[in-house]
Amino acid sequence: MIELRYEKAVDPASAMQLHGGRGTARYLGGGTNLVDLMREEIEQPGLVVDVTGLSGDIRETDGGGLLIGAGVKNTALAEHRAVRARYPLLSRAILSGASGQIRNMATVGGNILQRTRCYYFYDDAARCNKRSPESGCDAIDGFNRIHAVLGTSPACVATHPSDMCVALVALDAVVHLQGASGARAIPLTDLHRLPDGHPEIETVLEPGELITAIEIPNLPFAARSTYRKVRDRASYAFALVSVAAALDVEHGIVRDARIGLGGVATKPWRARAAERAVVGKAATEANFRAAAEAELENASPLSGNGFKIELAKRTIVHTLGELA
Amino acid sequence: MSILDSAKQAMMGAIVRLTPDAPPDPLIGRHGAVGSQLSRIDGPLKVAGKARFAAEVPYDDLLFAAVLFSRVARGRITSLDTSGAKAAPGVALVMTYQNAPRMGAPKIMGESPMAGGPSNLPVMQDDRIHWNGQPVAVVLAETQEQADYAKSLIRIAYEVEPAITSFEAAKAHAHPPESVLGEPPALETGDAEAALAEAAFRVDNLYRTPRHNHNAIELHAVTVVWDDGSLTIHDASQMVHQTAWTIADMFGIGEDKVRVISPFVGGGFGGKCMWYHQVLAAAASKLAERPVRLVLSREGVFRSVGGRTCTEQRVALGAKADGTLAALIHTGVVAMTTHNSCPEQFSFPARHLYAADAIKLAQEVADMDMLANTFMRAPGESVGTFALESAIDELAIAMNIDPIELRRRCEPEKDPTSGAEFSSRHIIEAYRRGGERFGWHRRNPVPRSTRDGEWLIGHGVATATYPYYRMPGAGARITLSADGHALVQIATHEMGMGTATVQVQHAADRLGLPIHQVSFEYGDTTLPMGTIAGGSNQTASVVAAVRAASDALFDELLRLAGNSSPLAGLKADELEARDGGLVSMQDPTRAENYAAILKRAGRDELAIEASAPPPIEVQKYSMHSYGAQFCEVRVNETTGETRVSRFVGSFDTGRILNPKTAASQFRGGIIMGLGLALTEETMFDERTGRIMNPSLAEYHVPVHLDVPHIEVIWNDIPDPHSPLGLHGIGEIGITGVGAAVANAIFNATGKRIRELPITLDKLL
Repeated sequence: MIELRYEKAVDPASAMQLHGGRGTARYLGGGTNLVDLMREEIEQPGLVVDVTGLSGDIRETDGGGLLIGAGVKNTALAEHRAVRARYPLLSRAILSGASGQIRNMATVGGNILQRTRCYYFYDDAARCNKRSPESGCDAIDGFNRIHAVLGTSPACVATHPSDMCVALVALDAVVHLQGASGARAIPLTDLHRLPDGHPEIETVLEPGELITAIEIPNLPFAARSTYRKVRDRASYAFALVSVAAALDVEHGIVRDARIGLGGVATKPWRARAAERAVVGKAATEANFRAAAEAELENASPLSGNGFKIELAKRTIVHTLGELA
Repeated sequence: MSILDSAKQAMMGAIVRLTPDAPPDPLIGRHGAVGSQLSRIDGPLKVAGKARFAAEVPYDDLLFAAVLFSRVARGRITSLDTSGAKAAPGVALVMTYQNAPRMGAPKIMGESPMAGGPSNLPVMQDDRIHWNGQPVAVVLAETQEQADYAKSLIRIAYEVEPAITSFEAAKAHAHPPESVLGEPPALETGDAEAALAEAAFRVDNLYRTPRHNHNAIELHAVTVVWDDGSLTIHDASQMVHQTAWTIADMFGIGEDKVRVISPFVGGGFGGKCMWYHQVLAAAASKLAERPVRLVLSREGVFRSVGGRTCTEQRVALGAKADGTLAALIHTGVVAMTTHNSCPEQFSFPARHLYAADAIKLAQEVADMDMLANTFMRAPGESVGTFALESAIDELAIAMNIDPIELRRRCEPEKDPTSGAEFSSRHIIEAYRRGGERFGWHRRNPVPRSTRDGEWLIGHGVATATYPYYRMPGAGARITLSADGHALVQIATHEMGMGTATVQVQHAADRLGLPIHQVSFEYGDTTLPMGTIAGGSNQTASVVAAVRAASDALFDELLRLAGNSSPLAGLKADELEARDGGLVSMQDPTRAENYAAILKRAGRDELAIEASAPPPIEVQKYSMHSYGAQFCEVRVNETTGETRVSRFVGSFDTGRILNPKTAASQFRGGIIMGLGLALTEETMFDERTGRIMNPSLAEYHVPVHLDVPHIEVIWNDIPDPHSPLGLHGIGEIGITGVGAAVANAIFNATGKRIRELPITLDKLL
């Protein structure tokens, strides 16, 4: 049998000590993705360090934002009064993912670190650079209807599947980390790496480094925000395209905008080109369309996912239109 | 089919048609337990967790099995290293072709009357690989976890050979199958192509449907044990006797040496027939000399239990100015293998639905290196009606007439291909009732004319149809006890559709007993043989067998009653069963109850077994069920997402025995049809022949939020030529749904989608 040691951490320091930066160690949140991957024998850790006991609080920060412990359950975050009132896009993003049972188990930290749903990543009879570095990619010429059009590389076209992260990148969320060399905080947009030549390295986390919290800055206009998820069935399916957006409009002019995209990119995608294109302009469908075009300008379609480019543009236009 | 066979069949057909009808079943007009909303008698057991399924049967020294599947589509095993697995903790056996017991190849369904094999490939007897996913090793261990782990240590190398895993490539060598379920693969009356070319209105298009996989919620599972050369298989089965016979034949033992028990099945749909896991578990158990449990993983079901094959169909319709058909052409090709026979009878609806001056029907198969495909709820009719009923809608639009009116004008008087009379066909009535319920008259026929904000609303309709089948060979035993209780036994199957419930209702009426005095035993090969639960035949076949047994029982009761009974001198056909006994229909004062008859005869019980008469009605008449499927969709103009918002199914399926279980069957079929229409697709990677979405996460069946309120109604007009006036209803619900959805989408958007599933990218 595969020897698997289970340890439960009581605080970040004990978690890191137990983990020890070993390549065979994994932090365990709700287990809704890691345990699946272990059953599929894609992940075979020798040690799991249960961090669900850590930092399950959501509290206000001095700057008027929220500090969300990495152990907070997805359901708790989606239902939190301040989140619903001030960041409805985040609440909606979470509620559009998975099922009630899974959201009750899944943690914020685990959601951020969940892995792709690429069919070829899951099947070890297939070639996958993410699962087995430099073995090749069978998705690029295979079933790639659900794959990415942004941030891809010749090595990997797999999407990041999270809904929550799409809202979080739009909100300029900051990830608090605790590592062997101390604590640091980085923007969530910088946490996930583009695949480039090494899709197996998915984040900038150091060995053993632990996500302790997510901080969402104060963003008053995010009270006017939403999340639109487009998928193959009404529930319990990953996004083909999703848009998280907040819009600050005054006298018909867009003063500020935050746009995140899901289902189309190899990481939770902050649509900065679209934001730049629309800020300062009149809140019109034509300008929203121009913004969407700007964001998708460099999208690269595969044999089966070209539709996502037009679908993403339409969904951006429609979502911004709803908020304008 | 040879010329000789055809001639023989034609002659038999002529003889059958001259045979007088059997008198209608006297229970057809009677209201009793049949027709009532009896709740499922297995309900309390299931709710309480007391219904024991195949994977739950306990044995003290049970071993657990894990199955390893091949990763190549064609070739041979060049090396096998099982040393690591054998040395792993808890492992009792690693079975491969090198040590598996010698077994004959399974005989496939149709090859002999009792054969039930899924394909005729030998099971783990040699180094050959025939499909990507073929079982290549079985590990037995003390726990499931140990078996799974040991399986991961097996190392296999393959010599890969070129395989036909591309449908396009296979189509180049497509050929007609020997037969399509006993019917000729091609039929032609008149010159349909010429008639089409000259027709005033024409539609001529290709329709494509993808592969589907079985995803019953209960995984395929067996618990098996050998005892002194006899094998017992606790199975999840919709064909216990055929499974027993086929496995006995493979092992070269008498069929009485194999017992298959299957009291509960967690969903069948055609997928719970005989596959490889039963054989592998039996073979491994024989080697290990211990009982074995084998539960396939969900991935294992995808890799080793066949599904519905893909189809490419041409439907061409030519209409005259008056809206009648000059030409009806339905041809096409499906993927199959050289080792099975399951040609997905998509042309069957067109054989019976519409009158046309000239008809051309032809089915071909394209041989591929893949897992044998199989039956899946309304094989043929489900996907055949998608093509045909989409084409009818397209023709109605081309002619600018209402699609229901077009169907009315094409309604045949006799079966358009066999010439037989219809036994019971009230399809127009089903349309009338369904249309009224749905509000069809309020529909705007102009596409894109109805909207609710960003949602385009559309309405569509399509015909549902499925044959009435009654299979020969079913027998039943009735044991009447002196306390007036009746036990009815027949090896039939309960996959959750209410078999036991309606059969208790039937037996109660047939024997004139209250429901609580009737019990029903089934799902065990030690009982008289029923029929497979397939082709929606089971209810009719079982009812006919029970009726035969009850007729024989009444004869015997009359004989036992003797001369001192008030019944003396009466014949069986002058009696009816009522109030726990027999009563003269002419003179109700002449009656005696069962208890009195048995007591006087000094009997504790009376047991009688009899077989149903041959199903001559299906040879004499064109017997089919019908329905009208009405659908409302909302299609998002921005994203192409389709949501079905309303559905009405109006059915013409003979007499309904139990409205509660029937409604559930119809609804379940419609829901499965929504999956077929909008979401379900097996991703068969044509480079490798490998299924890439073998999980419920990525193989999209409808979830609750995809399913609207579904109304189902029925004519409830008995078929005078069937037992109880009934038609089987397990499959018709799925038929027509694909087209109803596609037609509604056209009405909503003006876009005609001829390829399933209708995912949003096709509507952008």
